[in-house]
Amino acid sequence: MGEHETPADEPPTDEARAEAPVQHGCPVTDSRGQTVLHPTREQYVDVVKALADEGYGMCVDLVGVDYLLHPNRPVADGVTPERFEVVVNLLDIYNRRRIRLRVQVPEHDAVLPTLFDVHPGTEAMEREVFDMFGLSFDAHPDLTRILMPEDWDGHPLRKDYEVGAIPVQFKGAPS
Amino acid sequence: MTVSDPLVRPGYVATGEGGQEMRPRSEVTSAELLREVGAVLRLSEADAAALADSDPDVVGEIDPDLDDQTMIINMGPQHPSTHGVLRLMLELQGETVLRCKPIIGYLHTGMEKTGETLTYMQGGTNVTRMDYASPLNNELVFSMATEKLLGIDGDIPERAQWMRMLLSEMNRMSSHLLFMATNGMDLGAVSMMIYGWREREEVLRFFQKVTGLRMNHNFVRPGGLAADLPPGWRDDVLRILEMLPPRLEEYDTLMTGQPIWRERLQGVGVITPAEALALGATGPILRSTGVEWDLRRGEPYLHYEDVEFDIVVGSYGDAFDRYAIRLAEIRESMRIVHQILDKMPSGDYRIQDKKITPPPRARIDESMEALIHHFKIFTEGFKVPEGEVYVAIESPRGEIGCYLASDGSAVPYRMHIRAPSFVNVQCLPHMMRGGLVADAVAVISSIDPVLGEVDR
Repeated sequence: MGEHETPADEPPTDEARAEAPVQHGCPVTDSRGQTVLHPTREQYVDVVKALADEGYGMCVDLVGVDYLLHPNRPVADGVTPERFEVVVNLLDIYNRRRIRLRVQVPEHDAVLPTLFDVHPGTEAMEREVFDMFGLSFDAHPDLTRILMPEDWDGHPLRKDYEVGAIPVQFKGAPS
Repeated sequence: MTVSDPLVRPGYVATGEGGQEMRPRSEVTSAELLREVGAVLRLSEADAAALADSDPDVVGEIDPDLDDQTMIINMGPQHPSTHGVLRLMLELQGETVLRCKPIIGYLHTGMEKTGETLTYMQGGTNVTRMDYASPLNNELVFSMATEKLLGIDGDIPERAQWMRMLLSEMNRMSSHLLFMATNGMDLGAVSMMIYGWREREEVLRFFQKVTGLRMNHNFVRPGGLAADLPPGWRDDVLRILEMLPPRLEEYDTLMTGQPIWRERLQGVGVITPAEALALGATGPILRSTGVEWDLRRGEPYLHYEDVEFDIVVGSYGDAFDRYAIRLAEIRESMRIVHQILDKMPSGDYRIQDKKITPPPRARIDESMEALIHHFKIFTEGFKVPEGEVYVAIESPRGEIGCYLASDGSAVPYRMHIRAPSFVNVQCLPHMMRGGLVADAVAVISSIDPVLGEVDR
């Protein structure tokens, strides 16, 4: 593991975070007392793997966020905010700790590597993010829509997808 | 249509919705199949050897004739034991399930999108409808996330916290009682259905008295609760606590000890701890494999560190363990409720913070300012500082989490509920693999999915 320059084996205390706000080579911030890592897309899978070795063996949640209407949100120093963000919540049940990853995904190249090989449980969650935000996951085994019908147009949780009256899109329905 | 057109495959296009569906083996490349069964983590050595030797790009390498021996059938979306509108595509070889794919989304109503248009005050009405069998836990996690964003999570009055615990545990009881009913019905113990609903109704009657509604309460709100407990609530709770033990013993007589019941459940739908953890399964599914993980103990919230209870774990990870765990959790919840009755403090049921708490009803009649204040809170809501949090609690089905991102306005910028059923449903293919089609119903039932929460 090349990213092990910083001591990352201890659960970070408040003092440790103030001194070394870097873990696995990515900036660390604190959000309401919760630890958040900000890896780049290139670091993303390696960081999740390194964290899995540290004990974060369970990926409880993977969420997409579309920051189209709120571009200047606070992120860590040195991180460029992009339109999309994928937020991964990892859990270490043996040491009872959680960590969160926020990965920036640019609009023009909305692709992330899949976490399926590290945490197979992200399969459905990544499909949901694909379905709702149109982010694709490289090498995902089954990247299809999961909640919306297969032939739906658009990605509903994007901020430029208007709520309101839309024509019925189901096959064969009178519209 | 030419012969080479894939659409001429009879039975494939008839129900076709495209790529969401499970494809026949002849159309699955062996590399994909390897990944798919690799996720199952339970590959027989012969299968693995056959897959490893095969050319990853050749379609249908494993057995070119397999399509003739297997058949893909649809179970659901309308099927009494799929608990709503869950659709399973099952690949069968005779009576044996080879592969299974859950197809969801039939109940998708865009609740997370709706959540972005409702204020934090109104959000409870939305999230409470997700897991409709445990609405109070949904509201609780949403409220706790909002409070964390507001920075008032340490200031919630004691009585409010104990009331939340009381309601959460009563809700766990009602949800597990509902499971007893549906699980019994799915496995042919039809009279059990009536008993389960009967007992659940007693708990719901208590909820109706406290919150005004049987379900979808919107009672737990950011800052506390909507109202105090009504007079006589203690007697109602005690009545339920007295009524339940003999009824639960009836369940034991009717089901737990019965050879037929055991035959139907033991060894069915087995999942190992490694599989459950890899798939992100939580709640009774994870505990049935022997992993002692319950957020009430693992990351205590409210006052769970002040009450005594046991975390019930199984040892085989089969459907019987999951049934027994839920039955035992009803008893553990009753134990917790007994302690809550002893420890319930007096005091305020919501935080007295003018920014987020509406004025008391009586003040509205006499004060113009109170009326304006009330009006503003219920129309505009209250502003929540910028930031993002993830808060998780233990719902009857596992870890329910709420991810909130705020841009500083009165509505969440993004509201996401980490639904335990959504993740747990992924265990279905792994539990069913190699089992009998007759056991499929038992396996679905033992996951106890609530489709409102799966699809949101």
